[in-house]
Amino acid sequence: MSNTINSAELEQKAKWVRRETLRLHKLAPETRVASSLSDVEIFVALYYGGLLKFDPKNPRAEMRDRVIISKGHGGISLYPILADLGFFAKDQLDKIGTPESILCGIPDAVPGFETINGSLGHGLGVGSGSALALYRKGSAANVVVVMGDGELFEGSVWEAAMFAGFHKLDNLTLIVDRNKKSMLGLTREIINLDPLDEKFKAFGWETVTADGHSAAGVHATLAKLIPARNGKPKIFVAETVKGKGVPSLEADPLCHIRNLTPEQVDGLMEDHK
Amino acid sequence: MSAPAPVKKAMRDAFIGKALEAMASEKNLYFLSADFGAPLLDRIRKEYPCNFFNVGIAEQNLVSVAAGLAFEGMTVHAYAISSFLATRAFEQVKINLSLHSQVREVNVNLVAVGAGLSYDISGPTHHGLEDLSVVNSLPGITLFSPSDWVLAEKFHAYALAHKTPKYLRLEGKPVPAIYDTRPEVKIEDCFCELQRGEEVCVVSTGFMTHVALDALKRVPAGLKPGLVDLFLLKPLDGERLLKTLGRYKKIITIEEGFVGAGGMDAIVSSLVNASGLGLKIKSLGFRNKFVFEHGPREYLHSLYGLDAKSLAALVEKELGA
Repeated sequence: MSNTINSAELEQKAKWVRRETLRLHKLAPETRVASSLSDVEIFVALYYGGLLKFDPKNPRAEMRDRVIISKGHGGISLYPILADLGFFAKDQLDKIGTPESILCGIPDAVPGFETINGSLGHGLGVGSGSALALYRKGSAANVVVVMGDGELFEGSVWEAAMFAGFHKLDNLTLIVDRNKKSMLGLTREIINLDPLDEKFKAFGWETVTADGHSAAGVHATLAKLIPARNGKPKIFVAETVKGKGVPSLEADPLCHIRNLTPEQVDGLMEDHK
Repeated sequence: MSAPAPVKKAMRDAFIGKALEAMASEKNLYFLSADFGAPLLDRIRKEYPCNFFNVGIAEQNLVSVAAGLAFEGMTVHAYAISSFLATRAFEQVKINLSLHSQVREVNVNLVAVGAGLSYDISGPTHHGLEDLSVVNSLPGITLFSPSDWVLAEKFHAYALAHKTPKYLRLEGKPVPAIYDTRPEVKIEDCFCELQRGEEVCVVSTGFMTHVALDALKRVPAGLKPGLVDLFLLKPLDGERLLKTLGRYKKIITIEEGFVGAGGMDAIVSSLVNASGLGLKIKSLGFRNKFVFEHGPREYLHSLYGLDAKSLAALVEKELGA
């Protein structure tokens, strides 16, 4: 199964996902809301834009594209999408973080999540192994890894980047949610990651950098990038804003660890109608 | 006429030899190396280039790539020096193998070479004294610590059949066969009572089983200590082991690893203590200290009371002779 909807509908979906993400944060304030707001359009484009093959009734169907959410804590915004598509019951969302729910603050064994992440720097190496295996199986499936830019400080990412480039894993696409903030502030003030695209280019990757908050734009980029088979793994650096849609978070270098009060969430829900 | 001396062989050569054989029919078997070699590995590289990857000196990526392949149904051997595989890549082993194995099949075999003081004169960075402890701490990982190449060879079929993550703690140097004359011993047996005795039983693993065999030869005639070689530490058939150990009064564990840190001594002690059998246990190994002294393995053992002579003296003392 794969959905295809038009640009206006994608933007509407993104609005809805952002509201749902805020609602989930109100129900479970431990969720990392700022990280889960910067990757909304990425998930919307992937799951509603017809870019992925998946079967909600059989999450491990062989034909599926493998999506690895390496920034596990940023996966809260994927919960409503997976529920909406039928990977699990929608009432799971209302029970997040309770003993009755399969959903917790960082996704673990949740249908639709390919791997269990949360500890950073694992997704690209695992994705490279799966990409290799898919080639060997003669599968047309893609591997898509979603990572935060703060995660790029993990050395294991670069071990995998070298490996994927050298072995020309062109069924592998890495999406970096470049929200420019790590836990303790701005990434450029911690260890500047720029020029990010040049770093990956040097390792044999094809790179694209573009706005990560235009669902239609993200869709257009990924629609070209994911199916491309040109002997290079691909990276889409999605320029995003951490805490997107919440002015107090957007302006706060420490927004990673900020929780919103129920009243703040209620007010924001009005704004995002 | 005396019996011929047992054949000496490196455990890795025995295991890799079986992998080479299996690759002829198992197209889903992969061999990954972190830039670590072996003569037979050269044949795998040459004959099965599509199933061999050298990931470079990158143990973290070795384990992650292995996990990704295994998630797609492949069987993967991931090969490196033990002191780097267990600890450099520990988090990858924890998250991508141990944790995931609780929810899906993950057949990754961590083939770690250089157990204990195998690389004696290379010094403490290359000694593997902590791997039994750290690997034992993770749920769902099979922990295999053979004493000879016959078991290492036998383990290959077990590795293909059991789709779980496994850690193979292999000796770095060639060792004489112990199990060539015991074809009935299976991996699932977990241990073998190599010598049946009374009162005192030595429980050893890996290379120390050879030291223990030597020690028991030095004990005066008439004294009959027992010897249990423990090779599958996890999953352990504790009930059977207790049945065997229950025939003794005192246990001496000996391992080429840190003791009091969750290794073999902890596995045996916790089992025995919970059983209420009231056995006395003494544990030998390295205690809270890296080995900075230099010299051949036997010399290093002698400094820490782990050589055959010291063990024989302790056994004799415990037997009250």
